[in-house]
Amino acid sequence: MNNVVPLFVALPLGAAFIIPLLGHWWKKSGEVFATAVSAVLAVMAILQIGAPAVVHHMGGWAPPVGIAVVSDGLSVLLLIAINVVGFLCVLFSLRYMTAYTGLPKYYGLFMLMVAGMNGVVVSGDLFNLFVFLEIASIASYALVAFGVDADELEAGFKYLILGSVASVMILFAVGTLYAVTGSLNMADVAREIATKFGGGRPNPAVLLAAGFFLMGFGLKAALVPFHAWLPDAHPSAPAPISAMLSGVVIKSLGIYAICRVFFNVFAVASGGPSAVIIANGMIAFAILSIVIGGLLAVGQWDLKRLLAYSSIGQIGYVMLGIGVGARVLATGGVRSVAALAILGGLFHLINHAAFKSLLFLSSGAIQHSTGTRNMKVLGGIKERMPVTGMTTNLAALSIAGVPPFSGFWSKLIILVAVVKAGHPAIAGIAIAMAFVTLVYYIKLQREVIFGEARGPVMDAREAPALMTVPLVILAVVCVGFGLLYPVIGDRILEPARDVLLNGAEYVKLVLG
Amino acid sequence: MKGMTLIVRTVTDFVVGFIVVFGAYIVLYGHLTPGGGFAGGVIVACAFILLLLAHGGDVAYSKLPERVGHLLDSSGALAFLAIAWFGLIGGYFFMNVLGKGEPFHLFSSGSILAYNIAIAFKVGSSLFLVFAALATFRRRSFRAMIEDELL
Amino acid sequence: MTVYFLCAVLLTMGLYCLVAKKNIVKKVIGVCIMDYAVNLYLIIIGYKKGGIAPIVEPGMSAETLEKFVDPLPQALVLTSIVIGLGVLALMVSMCIRLYERHGTFDMSQISKLRG
Repeated sequence: MNNVVPLFVALPLGAAFIIPLLGHWWKKSGEVFATAVSAVLAVMAILQIGAPAVVHHMGGWAPPVGIAVVSDGLSVLLLIAINVVGFLCVLFSLRYMTAYTGLPKYYGLFMLMVAGMNGVVVSGDLFNLFVFLEIASIASYALVAFGVDADELEAGFKYLILGSVASVMILFAVGTLYAVTGSLNMADVAREIATKFGGGRPNPAVLLAAGFFLMGFGLKAALVPFHAWLPDAHPSAPAPISAMLSGVVIKSLGIYAICRVFFNVFAVASGGPSAVIIANGMIAFAILSIVIGGLLAVGQWDLKRLLAYSSIGQIGYVMLGIGVGARVLATGGVRSVAALAILGGLFHLINHAAFKSLLFLSSGAIQHSTGTRNMKVLGGIKERMPVTGMTTNLAALSIAGVPPFSGFWSKLIILVAVVKAGHPAIAGIAIAMAFVTLVYYIKLQREVIFGEARGPVMDAREAPALMTVPLVILAVVCVGFGLLYPVIGDRILEPARDVLLNGAEYVKLVLG
Repeated sequence: MKGMTLIVRTVTDFVVGFIVVFGAYIVLYGHLTPGGGFAGGVIVACAFILLLLAHGGDVAYSKLPERVGHLLDSSGALAFLAIAWFGLIGGYFFMNVLGKGEPFHLFSSGSILAYNIAIAFKVGSSLFLVFAALATFRRRSFRAMIEDELL
Repeated sequence: MTVYFLCAVLLTMGLYCLVAKKNIVKKVIGVCIMDYAVNLYLIIIGYKKGGIAPIVEPGMSAETLEKFVDPLPQALVLTSIVIGLGVLALMVSMCIRLYERHGTFDMSQISKLRG
C-alpha cells in the first residue's frame, strides 16, 4: 500500500514518454495507451477512498532530509477529481479529436498534464510541488495552442506569458521561505514557522512569501485580479482540454496549492500573527471573483466564453468558503462554523469539477455536430440531440443552484457558514450573485437548449456514443452528489476537511 | 540549408569530436564535479548544433536523423523511469541500490551514474531536435505562405 | 543587503519589459529576465562571504565545514534553468507561428480576442 501513491505520477509519465515514441510507427498508440492508463488511474483513485494517510519516502531518505510523497484526505479528494475527469475527457477525445492531426503528441501532452497534476497533489515538498506545477502548466500551454488557429495561438501565448509570471512569483516565495527556515519539506517548514515566528508581530519575510504565494497560486486558480488569461484560453482550447482546464487544472494547481500551503505550512488554522492578514486577502479575492465573474458572464454570446467567466465566479465561491473558514480559525472563532465553511468550499470544488467539465464537454459535442458555438445562431438542441440537451440542462440547473442537485447544497452550506461567521454583507453579495448565475444559465438554456431548431442545428445529429457516455456519467455524478450526500460526505469530504481544520496535524503525519 | 565559410567548416571538423568527448566527461563524472546529466547533455547537443550551423542541414541530419533523435529522446526518459523503478528492490522508488565502490572513483555513486547517462541522452537529443525544428521552420513556412497567397 | 535589492530591481525591469513593450519578442525577453532574476536570488541565498566549494574530504575540521557554500540552492537553480529553457522554447515557437499567421510581431495588431 505504501508504494501505490508514487504510481499516480509514474504511470502517466511513462505513458507520456511511450506514446510519442510508438506514434512514429503505430498511429493509434496514443489512444490505446491513454485510455488504458487513465482507466487504471481512475480505478486506483477510487480505491484510495477511506485509505489511511500514507507517507512514502523517496529513495529511502527520511524527511526532513529526503523528499516525501504524502497522500492524505485532501490529496485523495483531488486525486479522485483529476483522474476520473481525466479518464472521461480521454474517452471524449477519442472521437472529438479525429479532426486534428498529430494525435500522438496530443495524448502524450495530455498524459504529461495528468502526471503533473497528480504530482502536485501528492507532493510533500515545496520545490517538488513547484516542479510538478511547471510540468502540468507547460503541458497545458502547449495543449491550449494545439490547433494552431489564429485564436488559439493568441490565447495560448497570453496564457503562457501570464503563467510564467506566476511561476516566477512562486519560485521567489519558495526561495524566501528556504532562506528563513532552512528547509524545503513542507512539514519541516511548518514546524520552523510555528516555533520561530510564533508570536508577536508578523515577520516581514514570512509575510512576503505568503503574499507572493497568494499571487502566484491565485493566478493559476484564476482569482480576480489575476484572471485575465482564462476568458481567452478556455474557449480557444479544444473542448476536452477546456473541460480539463476548467474542471481540474485550476483547482489542483490553484486552490489545492493555496489550501496546502496556507493551512498546512503557514498554519493559518492555528492563528499566529500573519494568519488574519492572509485570510482577509483570500476573502477579498473571493468576493472580487464572484462579482466580476458573474457580471461579465451575463453579456457573453459565445457559449464557451460564458462558461469560462462562470468558472471564475464559481472558483470565487470555493475561495469564499475556504477564506471564511481560515478567518474564523485565525481570529479564534467557533470551530464548528469554520468546519462548515471549509466543508462547503471543498464540496463546491468537487461539484464544480463535475458540472463544469460536463458543460464544456457538451459544448464540444454541440460544436462537433453543428460547427458553431455562437449562441445567437444556436437554438433547440433538445430536439435534435436529446442526450446532450438533457445532460446540459441538468448541469446548468445544478451549477445555478437549483435543488435537489448538488450545486444547491454546496452553495447553501457556504452561505450558511458565512452568515454564521458574522459577515451578513458578504453573504448578501454572494446570494445576489447566485441570482445572477441563475440569470445567465437561464439565458444559456433558452438560447441553446430550448426553443425551435434553426440554422446549423437543423441538420445536426446526436453526438457519437463515445462522446455521450462521458456526458451521461458526469450527469449522474451531478445528481448523485446531491442526493447521496451522506455517503459521499463521510467518506470523501470529511477527511479532506479535517486535514485543513487541524492544520498542525500535518507535521506529526510526515515527521512522525 | 547553406553552411558557412571554409574556415568555419575546417575548424568545426577539428573541434566537434573533442566537444562530444568533453560532454561525455562532464556526464560521467557528474557525481564528483559540477555538471551531471543536464549540463553534459547540453554540451553534446551543442556539438551537433555546431555541425548544423557550419555544414548545413544535410550533413547534420545524416549524422543524427530525426527518427533516431526521437528514439533517443523517449528511450532516455523511459530508461530514467525504469531505473527509478529498480529502486523498489530496496523498498522505495529512486533508491540507490547499485554498488558503491570507493569514494572519488568513477563507479562510486551507484545508480546516479545511470541516471546521468539517461538524462544526457534525453536532453541532448531533445535540445538538438528543438533547434532543428526552429531552424528549418522558416523554409517550410515561407512555402506555406506562398501557397496561401499571403506573400 | 544591496545584492537582494539589485535582484528585486532586475525582477522589476523584467516585469516592466513584459508590460510596456508591444513587440512579442521583447515580451519573451522580459519573461527571461524575470527568470534570471529569480535564479540569481536563489543562488545568493546560499552564498557565504569567503565560502569554499561544498565537497567533503576525509579529515576536515569543523571550521572548514562551517565555511561551505550551501549546495541545495544550486540544485534548485539547475532545475529552474531547465524549466526556463523548456518554457523559452515553447514561447519562441509560438512567436514564430504567430508571425506566420499575422505577418507582424506587434501585439496590438495580433490581439483580437475581446470582451
